[in-house]
Amino acid sequence: MTLHSMHTTPMLQMKNLSKQFLLHLQNSTELTVLQDFHLTLNPGECVRLSGPSGMGKSTVLKLAYGNYRASSGEILVRDTQGQFVDMTKASARSVLHLRTHSMAYVSQFLRVIPRVAAIDIVAEPLLDNGLDLVSREQAREQAAHWLTRLRIPESLWQLPPATFSGGEQQRINLARSFIKPRPLLLLDEPTASLDPVNTQTVIDMIGQARQDGIAILGIFHDDSVAQEVVSRTVSMQPLETNK
Amino acid sequence: MTGFETQQPLMRVQGLSCAYGARTVVRDISFDLWPGEVLAIVGESGSGKTTLLHAVAARHTPNAGQVYFDLRDQGLQEIYGMSEAQRRMLARTDWGFVHQNAADGLRMNVSAGANVSERLMALGQRHYGQLRAKAMDWLERVEIERNRIDDRPNTFSGGMRQRLQIARNLITQPRLVFMDEPTSGLDVSVQAKLLDMMRTLTRQMNLAAIIVTHDLAVARLLAQRMMVMQNGQAVEMGLTDQVLDDPQHPYTQLLVSSVLQP
Repeated sequence: MTLHSMHTTPMLQMKNLSKQFLLHLQNSTELTVLQDFHLTLNPGECVRLSGPSGMGKSTVLKLAYGNYRASSGEILVRDTQGQFVDMTKASARSVLHLRTHSMAYVSQFLRVIPRVAAIDIVAEPLLDNGLDLVSREQAREQAAHWLTRLRIPESLWQLPPATFSGGEQQRINLARSFIKPRPLLLLDEPTASLDPVNTQTVIDMIGQARQDGIAILGIFHDDSVAQEVVSRTVSMQPLETNK
Repeated sequence: MTGFETQQPLMRVQGLSCAYGARTVVRDISFDLWPGEVLAIVGESGSGKTTLLHAVAARHTPNAGQVYFDLRDQGLQEIYGMSEAQRRMLARTDWGFVHQNAADGLRMNVSAGANVSERLMALGQRHYGQLRAKAMDWLERVEIERNRIDDRPNTFSGGMRQRLQIARNLITQPRLVFMDEPTSGLDVSVQAKLLDMMRTLTRQMNLAAIIVTHDLAVARLLAQRMMVMQNGQAVEMGLTDQVLDDPQHPYTQLLVSSVLQP
């Protein structure tokens, strides 16, 4: 594949994507949260999903990462071999493979692991593939770099983040993702709990990721942040069925 | 590449059913388990999850179906087609079994050190100094103080006994460990320590595990994939976060919505 075609081949494509929840315990109520959604995301782009809450913005990210199962449509993610994998049909094992090598998702909240130190939580993705390409020490060195960049005081590194503030936990989450760049990055309100200085750092990190050719799909509540990082906006509209 | 496409499963279960007399408790279960993968089996008591665990661990002969395991030198072999001696060898080298009740998995009247080194001795290792050093090393890995090596497990707390059971199983570097409710009956703080340890060890050793639990938080923390059982059937199976965040089956929806959020 030539360099040129690499850059015009999308990293993520969503086609005719719909999501309904069937709530068996609530008289089998059917809740449609997304209908006929289309999206093409290219390397180096940062696309903002915008619209009021309840329009399905987070649902789109969760479908892309495979947290949610699509009701219909296709979600094509380009793997490390350049092949498109349809997330709606992929095996658990191949979704895990994509998550390890091809995509990262930064949720708003850190899922804390009891007893595990902040620095090890950040280092973990580097050690996750079971190949031991990096040693524990090397992984920790890189984790230290990201913790420093995101201004987590060194006195906190050896503590489990359960007691950290919301902003600190969000930065741990960001560090944990940026430590291992993957070609598709999904961001759910990455600066929601951050002060202006750290917000600027995250803006710089996103800009750098775009320059590195990473394709980013995100929800940005803050317009001033969006203006700095976003290349295109997709407006999410209320669904006909729920009007 | 990691050999992702070519690697074969560590265990393959096909159409497994178990019955006690006329009562079928496990019904037509099939799944593949991959090297290093942790699978959680959840469901309430009586759903058949423990029977399933015993059947895939060669401890309960099924009425129908096959269980294949990837032997190091022969590839996938049906475990109930092996000789008794082969199966016993497998159970004490490449497999581990951690019981809910530590007393079922430990010898309560011999020292902690003897408990941990027993599997090595069964494999013919006789050098006392080496056995003791390895036992010491494993006690340390499961955070049991070295000076407890000569104490019997009946002087240990519940959490320590569970950690001792884990050390006893992992000393032969197995590739698959079966766990039956390993954290139930322990205080929450003790659970956290055990869970963290299991998480670290499975990752460090690229150890696959099948864990039976009724605790969805345990599944979330340890397992990449989970199976939900009800009345002996696997009603739902998928990535752990997918099953917990977007449950499809009515019973899974009930399970997930019944958990109290602290």
